[in-house]
Amino acid sequence: MKAGIVTYGAYVPRYRITPKEIGAVWGVDGEAMGKGLNIRAKSVPGPDEDVITMSVEAARNALKKAPGISPKDVGAIYVGSESHPYAVKPSATIVAEAIEASPVMTAADYEFACKAGTAAIQTTMGLTLSDMYKYGMAVGADTSQGAPGDALEYSASAGAAAFVIGKDHLIASINHTISYTTDMPDFWRREGQAYPSHGGRFTGEPAYFKHVLSCAGLLFKRAGTSPEDYDYAVFHQPNGKFPLRAGKTLGFNDKQMDTGMLVREIGNTYSGAIMVGLCAILDLAKPGQRIFAVGYGSGAGSDGFDITVTEGIEAIDRKAGRTMREMVEEGKFLDYATYAKFRGKIRMRGG
Amino acid sequence: MNVRRVSIIGVGETQFGELWEKSFRDLGIEAGLRAMQEAKIAAENVDALYLGNMSAGKFIDQEHVAALVADYSGLVDQHLPTVRVEGGGACSAIALHQAAMSIASGVHDIVIVGGAEKMTDVGDVEANAILSSTTDQEWESVFGATFAGLYAMMARRHMFEHGTTREQLAAVAVKNHRNGSMNPNAQFQKEITLETVLQAPRVAEPLGVFDCAPLSDGAAALVLCSAEKARKFTDTPINLIGTGHATDFLAVHDRRDITTMDASVIAGKRAFHAAGKTPNDVKVAEVHDNFTITEIMAIEDLRFVPKGKGGYATEDGETALNARISVNTSGGLKARGYPVGATGVAQAVEIVRQLRGEGGRRQVSGAEVGLTHTLGGTGGTAVVHLFERGD
Repeated sequence: MKAGIVTYGAYVPRYRITPKEIGAVWGVDGEAMGKGLNIRAKSVPGPDEDVITMSVEAARNALKKAPGISPKDVGAIYVGSESHPYAVKPSATIVAEAIEASPVMTAADYEFACKAGTAAIQTTMGLTLSDMYKYGMAVGADTSQGAPGDALEYSASAGAAAFVIGKDHLIASINHTISYTTDMPDFWRREGQAYPSHGGRFTGEPAYFKHVLSCAGLLFKRAGTSPEDYDYAVFHQPNGKFPLRAGKTLGFNDKQMDTGMLVREIGNTYSGAIMVGLCAILDLAKPGQRIFAVGYGSGAGSDGFDITVTEGIEAIDRKAGRTMREMVEEGKFLDYATYAKFRGKIRMRGG
Repeated sequence: MNVRRVSIIGVGETQFGELWEKSFRDLGIEAGLRAMQEAKIAAENVDALYLGNMSAGKFIDQEHVAALVADYSGLVDQHLPTVRVEGGGACSAIALHQAAMSIASGVHDIVIVGGAEKMTDVGDVEANAILSSTTDQEWESVFGATFAGLYAMMARRHMFEHGTTREQLAAVAVKNHRNGSMNPNAQFQKEITLETVLQAPRVAEPLGVFDCAPLSDGAAALVLCSAEKARKFTDTPINLIGTGHATDFLAVHDRRDITTMDASVIAGKRAFHAAGKTPNDVKVAEVHDNFTITEIMAIEDLRFVPKGKGGYATEDGETALNARISVNTSGGLKARGYPVGATGVAQAVEIVRQLRGEGGRRQVSGAEVGLTHTLGGTGGTAVVHLFERGD
């Protein structure tokens, strides 16, 4: 028996800022920077939004699409993020209370840079298959941090996605999953530090590409497939360049990759990135279509998924809780000053 | 003084580039062993090791690097005397001079000269700050002058005084990338267009990203031998026939003229005088091109072209491969890469290969005499070596 996706939901904050607006503050040609990164805008969380509020929105949107799924059957919630509001105290318990899945259930927070959400999918798959619980919910959410003026500031954005994983009522079955993990200091943030450090171009070849391409190779082998077997391909998208290059190296074309490439419009949502991309694909996919998905988290590892959309996708209300496209396209653009205020970059009295 | 002549009997270098999988010691060992293998010498043949390194202390927190490289190269049983030479970008060119003198004087017979730098273990910002430490800290960098900024001032003045154009500067990068595309060890093996150089983001006006040599990891090594014994090891010894080593004001603002480097002029004169050659004898030259303006000034200061004509000569193709004089056939610092401490020796490796006729697709035809020109800092040090076939 296969585990798979029972329902899905996402959330992207409404606010946006352009690379040009950011660059203007730092004396950088932001437009050129944006072009280089293949990012036109990034999402910005509002002043009262954080990983927990966004995770709740995504979780509720997932349940809205599948009203037949009772939250009481969700026996586990794992929230993957590198921007949990609390260092100690879980985000997942608040999500559980908000969707009324508590108290007979388990919950925990995950962290693995940008792939904590896909790690949560794998965990829930295993525990569902072992009948520990009926459904599990895997959330990937981030209000990612980029130091003012740092290259990351042009891409680090906010977004969340929630997947209910189970064995029945599947809208998509996960045929195979495989991971590729090494210890790799390409990007890190120590306890108490406000912003992450990164190894510049070191984050590319030996980090992102090595892990994504290795994982993809293993997944092809395990699934016995090749790029032409897939209707869609989606990769972790720290910028608009890396996933395209990785995909093309593997033999995918633009058409396969276009639907899931949200980074160009909303930036890098970190733990949410590949998951919101997957949501955009599920919004449109037809039964029988196949999806190739490989995430990446710095530090470092890649999780790969070979997914086939089932007839069940017609049984849920995919338009409920706004489509991915609606959320991506609805943007209110901010100037840098407002962005700085929203992101808490202005030091307040007594704050 | 009765001095012995010095030959090069083996050369070796690593790939140049962002070599994240290789450490400083890996690079030093790799280049050194390749040179020893080529020279067909064993550890017990080696009398000493000289290593040029700019700043391992800052790049990788490691000092005492000459003994380290000897140790990890398997030479520890020989208990060799090892010398680490510092001198900014010119350090390994100076190491070559020091090593050659140790043979010329009769103290040593066979000496290994290496140059190595591991620059990508630190971020770009830190690496550039470390590079700037070869300028005058007290009078230049502390006031905010960056390495690129100082060279940009030279470029500006050169443009003003000599009519050098932005396109002429760019032509240096285009030529060196073309040469680099024929060098399998080069960091950049891709040709670029004039447009690419002109449209690249600015670093320090008028210099853009493509006017600057990259930050690199890499190492190179030579095996030197007294000329009388060189024949035992090779049929094509290349002789080091003259060296000029000169210094100048460390700070750019103290100099007589910032469109010329007096250290280069004097080092060039000394080398040509020692070798009994003239600039016209040189068919192939590796000159310091950490920025495009630097190559233009170098070919003027070495008298390959009249003062002020370096840009025009480059634009007219006089310095292209197999033109009047082939300059930076390896791709230069710009395309082959600029692991600072490796530079002088890497340049010598290229000249040796050219003079032996091992230049492959980038071979300069009829090259009998070759030259290397290496700078420390912004021209506070210049070293010029002349080489000739010894057969």
